[in-house]
Amino acid sequence: MKKLINRQPGRVATWALGLLPFALLLVVYLLASDARLEANPNDKLLPAFSAMGDAIQRMAFEPSKRSGEYLLWADTLASLTRLAIGVGISALMGLVFGIVTGTLPYARAGLSPLITGLSLVPPMAILPILFILFGLGELAKVMLIIIGITPFLIRDLQQRAREIPAEQVIKMQTLGANTWQIILRLVWPQIMPRLISAVRLSLGSAWLFLIAAEAIAATEGLGYRIFLVRRYLSMDVILPYVLWITLLAFAIDFLLARYSRWRYPWFHGSH
Amino acid sequence: MAIIEMNNLWKEYGDQVVLERLNAEVQEGEFVTLVGASGCGKTTFLKMLLGTESPTRGELLLDGAPIPDQPDETRGIVFQRYSVLPHLSALENVMLADELHRHKLIGRAFGGKRKALKDAAMAMLESVGLTQAAGKFPHELSGGMQQRLAIAQALMKRPRILLLDEPFGALDPGIRRDMHHLVLDLWREQGLTIFMVTHDLAEGFYLGTRLWVFDKTRLDPQAPGAYGARITYDLPVGDCDKGTLTAIQEQADATARTMA
Ligand SMILES: Nc1ncnc2c1ncn2[C@@H]1O[C@H](COP(=O)(O)OP(=O)(O)OP(=O)(O)O)[C@@H](O)[C@H]1O
Ligand SMILES: [Mg+2]
Repeated sequence: MKKLINRQPGRVATWALGLLPFALLLVVYLLASDARLEANPNDKLLPAFSAMGDAIQRMAFEPSKRSGEYLLWADTLASLTRLAIGVGISALMGLVFGIVTGTLPYARAGLSPLITGLSLVPPMAILPILFILFGLGELAKVMLIIIGITPFLIRDLQQRAREIPAEQVIKMQTLGANTWQIILRLVWPQIMPRLISAVRLSLGSAWLFLIAAEAIAATEGLGYRIFLVRRYLSMDVILPYVLWITLLAFAIDFLLARYSRWRYPWFHGSH
Repeated sequence: MAIIEMNNLWKEYGDQVVLERLNAEVQEGEFVTLVGASGCGKTTFLKMLLGTESPTRGELLLDGAPIPDQPDETRGIVFQRYSVLPHLSALENVMLADELHRHKLIGRAFGGKRKALKDAAMAMLESVGLTQAAGKFPHELSGGMQQRLAIAQALMKRPRILLLDEPFGALDPGIRRDMHHLVLDLWREQGLTIFMVTHDLAEGFYLGTRLWVFDKTRLDPQAPGAYGARITYDLPVGDCDKGTLTAIQEQADATARTMA
């Protein structure tokens, strides 16, 4: 009999074991929901699947009575746009500052303390400042994402740039490269797949900051909607929205991972 | 004029003397093999030639002028590992030197110009037997192929001197022999000047034109760092007999034991 630590589940068993907790959760929810609805048919806390189905139908496939928009899609578009702009700008800044501070000792000496200091400021604490400075418009919400994840991206990529083996930097010089060419042909291409990893890690925080900002000041967006319908205890809307956000987060992460494997095979081959 | 000249060259780290009183001249076209106990300063010596370490005292001259204090295209290098760029294919690794030279701003060639550079790089790949592997990334190559690629890459620059720091130390003995033949062939064909560190003394005995043994002539067991290594043997290859080999080996072993 093999020790437990040496026993591997097969393909089917792996899938079954992975799905089991989800199935259990579903069953527990169904039982609990049924029990509550039996006691009180108007209970809102654990809505039946049929109620959630109705809500999804209403939010996604029927135009809103007030605005004529399909709310789920309008919210999704608004949130994803903010997320894309915020994460995109952060990634760009992380790339530039990460490479510059990771590669040039003078830049590191000048900028590292500032970046470290900024990364210690709790972003949520300066949210009011952002609203004061940038108003309640799009800019404040995007700024919160940027402020929230850029310091992490810069510091991570600086570290990754410094981890490039000294042998390779020396090698470039013996091939006649100047500093600019070393950045362009060695550091930048090697940092790109690491940028994708860092962005994947920071996406969780980005969603957090996005939803927080939308909850406080917005007129559309996934976070806005959840906090709006909370007033009416509309769990039938909130739960599908949360699931939808989770699904979006998963899809983005999955696509980034796939893209990285396809675009940078050398990175994944040697790691 | 000698291509490399050392006048009373010292290298110290703090109060640890690594190398002391090195005096030698190397002519263009020589193939110098460096051997010696582990930790006696062979890599340190190559680093001074490379420009990543500077002499503490004395002179180290390249073509009569102090050697530049940072790496540049006059000196090519192949390390034991990490010598080729993992994100470029074999062909791109070899093309890199020309691309950097021709296109200062973007460091990259396109279109017809790229085609011309590609042909030159393919010819170089062929001379190290890597034609089939041109499109592969380094991680898809064996250790021996990676080192051949590193040599090809360095040679594209036609460096004044080529530095090899145990380039084949991690390879199987059989493959290592093939590599040595390859290096010897390239050295003859291209008229290179080579400094090569190897930890296998017997290897140094038939490779190249000149054998340098680094060893400590004075040794204080209480303070191994008090005295540095010198060039204790400077022999033309081919002239040394089995007795010398044994004597050198025993001395190097004794030093290694004292330092360990
Ligand atoms: N940057 C450094 N700072 C301090 N001491 C150093 C430094 N680099 C090397 N040394 C010391 O100098 C000595 C010589 O090291 P070196 O790497 O040149 O030896 P080596 O002959 O190449 O050995 P090996 O055969 O193991 O590669 C060692 O004792 C090492 O500890
Ligand atoms: Mg060494």
